[in-house]
Parts: sequence; structure tokens; C-alpha cells
Amino acid sequence: MSALIEIRGVSKAYTRGRQRIEVLHRIDLDIERGDFLALMGPSGSGKTTLLNMIAGIDTPSAGSVTVGGRRIDTLSATELARWRAAHVGFIFQFYNLLPMLTAQKNVELPLLLTRLDAAQRRRNARIALELVGLGDRVGHRPGELSGGQQQRVAIARAIVSDPTLLVCDEPTGDLDRQSAEEVLALLQRLNREHGKTMIMVTHDPRAAEYARRILHLDKGSLVEAGAPA
Amino acid sequence: MGLRRKKARTLLTLLSVAMAFALFGLLDAVRVAFTAPQNLAGIDRLVVSSRFSIIQPLPLAHLARMRAVPGVRRIAWANWFGGIYQDPKNFFPTIAVSPQPFLEVHPEIVLPAAERQAFVTTRTGAIVGAALAQRFGWRPGDRIPLQATIFPNKDGSIVWTLELVGIFHAAQPELRGMEQQLFFNYAYFDEAREFGQGTVGWYIVQVDDPAQVDRVAQAIDRLFANSSDETKSQSERDFQLSFAKQIGDIGLIVTAIMGAVFFALILLTGNTMAQAIRDRTPELAVLKTIGFTRPLILSIVLAESMLLLMLGGAAGLALARLSLPVLNAASGGQFDLPMMPRTWWTGLGLALVIGLAVGLPPALRAMRLRIVDALSGR
Repeated sequence: MSALIEIRGVSKAYTRGRQRIEVLHRIDLDIERGDFLALMGPSGSGKTTLLNMIAGIDTPSAGSVTVGGRRIDTLSATELARWRAAHVGFIFQFYNLLPMLTAQKNVELPLLLTRLDAAQRRRNARIALELVGLGDRVGHRPGELSGGQQQRVAIARAIVSDPTLLVCDEPTGDLDRQSAEEVLALLQRLNREHGKTMIMVTHDPRAAEYARRILHLDKGSLVEAGAPA
Repeated sequence: MGLRRKKARTLLTLLSVAMAFALFGLLDAVRVAFTAPQNLAGIDRLVVSSRFSIIQPLPLAHLARMRAVPGVRRIAWANWFGGIYQDPKNFFPTIAVSPQPFLEVHPEIVLPAAERQAFVTTRTGAIVGAALAQRFGWRPGDRIPLQATIFPNKDGSIVWTLELVGIFHAAQPELRGMEQQLFFNYAYFDEAREFGQGTVGWYIVQVDDPAQVDRVAQAIDRLFANSSDETKSQSERDFQLSFAKQIGDIGLIVTAIMGAVFFALILLTGNTMAQAIRDRTPELAVLKTIGFTRPLILSIVLAESMLLLMLGGAAGLALARLSLPVLNAASGGQFDLPMMPRTWWTGLGLALVIGLAVGLPPALRAMRLRIVDALSGR
């Protein structure tokens, strides 16, 4: 059976002035459905760039990215946007919630792109918030929530449309230890109990321990693969 | 969504937009009041005045010769009186007219039949517009003493006492400006004035076919060419405009002021929208990340801009509408300006276009936003 995500010969280079900077160098990688992969490496190693390629918010300079049997590196901007809406949930380091909207409305945002009516959107958003333990905070705005709670709202937003995979970029980078562990435990539960495929970029070895598999990047190349200790 | 983000900024911008559109509403009402005859009444009427000056009289003897011109249906005549009622600040137009033909060629003057008859048959009779009557509390039967500024009485007095026999209304709201006028019997005026007997200020010629207005005008002017009293015949709309142009080209003045106001408004709201979108770059990046397409992002920003302008525009126009009666009351009824549906539609249309114009640059910028750059703060 083929992997959910197949990355073949992916390179990414930027041109800055006359200088060509290669961020990723001929990456080959398979990620199975239901996997929880941690991407680690020093700053500038290309881990976020690789995550962006898989999530369809950046395109490779060379090579191919196939997700669920579909080449996404050849899609147009509009096709990519629609693909992301249907298949990818995003969790960012700084939560990136919309400050004027309540938790409920923030979680409903991805559902605006679906055919669900308002009542269904409200119901689904509430279920997602219950799942992350914030059923009693639906009417709160981001500014009225702690960092850990905001990140859990972001996780609810990421899962509300039941995407194929979740991509997390330093999801605990802005959280205290206890909040970070709660968020990581939640992600792990979503992977183990709900079968969500996850790819997480992190600097933190303790965060990476929650994953099923860890990959290290250095200077744009995969240097080592392994399982958490 | 974005408009609520910085409430003070949105409120101040809304106020600026509202004030600009309130000014537009007021000035457009002025423009309509000065140019209404262009579109609404008098398309079958010619005004015949002296070729040399609007204040140069013409002989009443022209009347018979003009009646013979093919295409002429009726002719009325009039003379500016320019009287003062009680105090010089109580200015309003007072004109001596030939009652019967004057009312016949002006169907837009709505007067009850009995009052119409009284105006035709009463030697010292006068009619006034409803707005003017309301301003001074006049009723039919009142006697109105006017002080002459140009035409003293034969008896040496400058006071002309007129009997109010009717109060008229304008047939269309666009013509309400005429309700500020007083008309009285030319026969009495001509008989009693100290000088200028047998002359008129201008003739009002009604033609059979509005399409023939130019031909009839040329025929009348040819009739008196090379005489001592040459005529200048022009459509009523041109006559009204030339009269208004004694003050200035109202349309040009209004357009110039509004051009400057809207130019400033575009700069102001354009800057505000650009700043608002810059502030929300990370949010727009998130929307794009979770799957909002480029056209959808463009639409969201454009909708915000147009909503801001439409809300402000509608508020401003409403303010103008509410201000007009207040201004009218404060000026003692001298500025009874109408606010026409066209002003509303033009104003809201302008708001939409300005919203589109100021929203498009930031909307395009938001649409072209690169997610990776925006999320990383570049």
C-alpha cells in the first residue's frame, strides 16, 4: 500500500540578490496514514520549509509532493487553497486566532468554506471545542483566554473540518511547560484515538517524544530517522 | 470583521465619510434647485428678452407681431418688480405678470380655480407660493404692502399695496423653489408706475411643438432684427441658467467643491484602508492558509471598503436630508431646497465607486499576499 504522503527529490532554493540559497536538498520521504512525525533540526535546517511543502502553502523548486495520491506541487493557487481547505488542519506557534472573533467563531472559520449551514457549523464547532476541553469557553475571545487555551482553540479549528492531516509548526513554542504538555497530550490523543496523521516541527526534544517517529534535518537534508526514546 | 477591529479608527473614518456625503447632499440640493427647469418644466417655453440686457425692457407692442409667428401658441409677459416687504432682509422675487396667459403657460403653478379667477379679475391681486405664505403667515384676503426699489407709484409713493387672492403650490417637488415668489397683476403695475409704461421685462412664449423651439426663437428674433428693440429668444432652461449664472455657474461651483471634498475623502479612506489591511496581514495569511481562495480574500477586503463607504454615505445623506428643513427654518424659509431621489442614488453610487476605488489596492495586495512571507512577518 502506498504512503499517504510521498515526497520525491524535493528541493527548494531562494534567490537573494545574486546569491542562490538552497533550503532543501533532494528530500525523499514517505509518511504513512495515521503517523505522528516530529521534524527536528537547528534553525535554518529547512524543517518549516518542508512542512510548508507538505501542507501546500509553499511549492518546491524541484521534485514532487503527493498527498493521498494527488500531486499537489502542480496545483494552481486556487486549487491549492481548495485542497488545503479539504485536507489540512494548521496549528501555529502563535495560535493565529482572529482577535475579534469568539472561540466558537474562530473554530467555525474553516467551515465557512463548506456547504454546511449556520446551525451545522455551530454544532460542529461546539463539538470540536468540547473535544479539546473548552466547551465552557465558546463565547470567549482570544484575549480572554490563556496561551494554552488559545492553542487548544487553534487545535479545534484545525480539526473541525476533519482534515486528512494536521501540520503543527512549533505548537508549544510559546507555552509554559504545563500548557505545552496538555497541548501535546491532546495532539497525541487525536493521533492515537482519532487516527489523525500529524506532522510536527519542533525544537523541543521533550515535545518530539510525543510523536511516533522523529526525523532530523540539517542544512536541508534528512540526516537521521528514529523513534522516540 | 475588520471594521470592528479598531473601533475608534472606523468611527472616525465613518464620520469623515458621513460629513463628505452630507456636504454632497446639501450642495446637490442647491444644484437641483438652480437647474431643475432643465429637466422638468418649460421645455415648450421660450423667454424673449432684450438682446442687449436682461434689464432692458421691450415694448408691449411686440406682442401682436409675435402672436403671428407660426408655431406660437400663447404668450405671457412679465416685469421684475423687486419690492421689499417690511425689511430689506425679507427678500423674495416679486414679479408683475399678465395673470391669465401667465397661468396658462405655467401649468406647474397649481392654484384653486376660485383663486385663479380672483387673480385674473382683481386689479391689485397677487398670488404667492405656499412656502412664502407660510414664511410670513399670509392668508388670502391679506393686504401686502411692498416698498418699491425701482418703480415708484405715479402718486409719488413707493408703497404698493397688493391684495393676496391666492396661494399656489408647485406641481412637482423639484420646483418647490418657485413657491418663494410673489406674482401680481401687470395691468395694475403698468398703469400705476411712474415710468416705463407699455414695456415689459420679458415675454414667455409657449410653442405648439417643443421640437420647434429653436425655429420659433429664430423667427421671433428675425422679426425684430435691426430695430431699436432687438430680441433675444432662448429656451426657458437657458434663460433660467443665464439668470442663475449672474451668481456664478452653480453646477461648476458645486462640482468643483465636491471634487475637492471627494479627492480628500479618497486619500483619507484609501490611507485608512491600506493601514487597516497592513495591520491584519497575519490574519489574512491565516485565512489563506486554511483555504480561503485569492478571489475570496479580494472580495472580503473590497466588501469591507464598500460597506464602510456605503454606511458613511447613507448616514451623510440622511444627515443632509434632516438638515435641509432645519436650514430652511433658520433662514426664514429662504432655502427650501428639495433633496431628490436622484441625489440619494447618485450619492450611494458615488459611495460604492469610491469604496471600490479605495478598497481595490489593499484588496489586490491582500490577494497577492504570500502565505509563507506573511506568516513569518516578512
